Amino acid sequence: MDILLTDLSKSFGEKTVLSHLSARFPQGECTGVMGPSGRGKTTLFQILLGLTPPDSGKIEGLDGLRCSAVFQEERLLEGLSALENVAFVLPRGFSREIIGEHLLALGLGGSESLPVRELSGGMRRRVSLARAVLSPSDLLLLDEPFQGLDEATRQKAIKYLLDHRAGRTLLLITHNPADCQGLGCQQLLDLGAQ
Amino acid sequence: MMRSTSRGNSLWNKVWPLLFWLAVWQLGSVAVGQEILLASPAAVSKALGRLATAGLFWSSIAGSFGRISLGFLLAMVFGGALAAASHRFPLLETLVRPLMTGIKSTPVASFVILALVWIKARNLSVFIAFLMAFPIAYTNLLEGLSAVDSKLLEMAKVFRVGKLRQLLYLYLSQLWPFLVSAASLSLGLSWKSGVAAEVIGLPRDSIGEQLYQAKIFLATDELFAWTLVVILISMAVEKLLLVLLRWAGRRIGGDV
Repeated sequence: MDILLTDLSKSFGEKTVLSHLSARFPQGECTGVMGPSGRGKTTLFQILLGLTPPDSGKIEGLDGLRCSAVFQEERLLEGLSALENVAFVLPRGFSREIIGEHLLALGLGGSESLPVRELSGGMRRRVSLARAVLSPSDLLLLDEPFQGLDEATRQKAIKYLLDHRAGRTLLLITHNPADCQGLGCQQLLDLGAQ
Repeated sequence: MMRSTSRGNSLWNKVWPLLFWLAVWQLGSVAVGQEILLASPAAVSKALGRLATAGLFWSSIAGSFGRISLGFLLAMVFGGALAAASHRFPLLETLVRPLMTGIKSTPVASFVILALVWIKARNLSVFIAFLMAFPIAYTNLLEGLSAVDSKLLEMAKVFRVGKLRQLLYLYLSQLWPFLVSAASLSLGLSWKSGVAAEVIGLPRDSIGEQLYQAKIFLATDELFAWTLVVILISMAVEKLLLVLLRWAGRRIGGDV
């Protein structure tokens, strides 16, 4: 089922960040969400995740959907390793080998047992990407998932996402049109044009 | 080499002030010239040796240890539970705040006298030890709960992480330093006030009772010896508890 937003608005005090936004995110497709900073990309993301309620408007098609996400900040448990951070969101007993393979595919081989506080920004980003991809979900929300990655690693991360997307609906917040292109986003939502 | 030298220095830095004050004590005792007013370190050591061979010494220590530890543990449990409830319901926090300020500001003696009216003398030290540790446990754990990262809680909600896992990895791991701090701050206080309550309540098999007996019979050496016992036990229990808590803290947040 497609996700349908109708007339969605959200303000923080005097500042309106989303104003009467309507959009459709087709099931199983990738939608790129673009726009300048402060135009409500992350707010939309928070609303879709159920973390912030909209002031008005309607969202259809989200009920019963399992979401996973790459947040704007990594939101990792600093004392745990990369492997443990991913295992934290997975069912008990989930294969460590599979988690290790995913981390390896993202170029994190050899770092999976280190506490994430010792990892670089780009490595942490990839841990949060593996966590989102491995979590059983129907909708993947990615907020700047390739931030801080060099070109080669970005390509590797894009390939990893394409390999493991498994038909899930994908929502990609980015400033870089090449990210949308790389992931084959069929449509773009430009919040700058609101 | 550097490490061992620095450790040696650190040990020496602990020992020399102790020796200095022992010497001051000895000199003071010689100057006063009456053991009944100021027992010498040698007389106190002798009294301690004498007391330690009696069964009553160990049963008194065990009795006080049991009662004060019980009060302290109850304070940690109830302080933690009330902190959790206050964190969940801010109105309760507002309601409890003046109560905590009141408990912290009221002299221990007032509580002891009041409590003697309400509860049996043998339970007095449990209650007083509880009362001294309770506001510290509550305040520290409430502060710890406020420090739990709300962004991590959101992440756990999005990924539908189970409550038990959230409790272990998001709450307990972040709360642990606050619990260690609460235990460290309140254990010594519980011991001091618990023994003071025993001196007034005079439960059987207690250090407080022995201190009182020593005072009645003007056995200053024994009074000093029992005081030394309280200090040593309080320090030892605090060290042991902190070692245990830190060890447990390292285990929390281990394997997911």
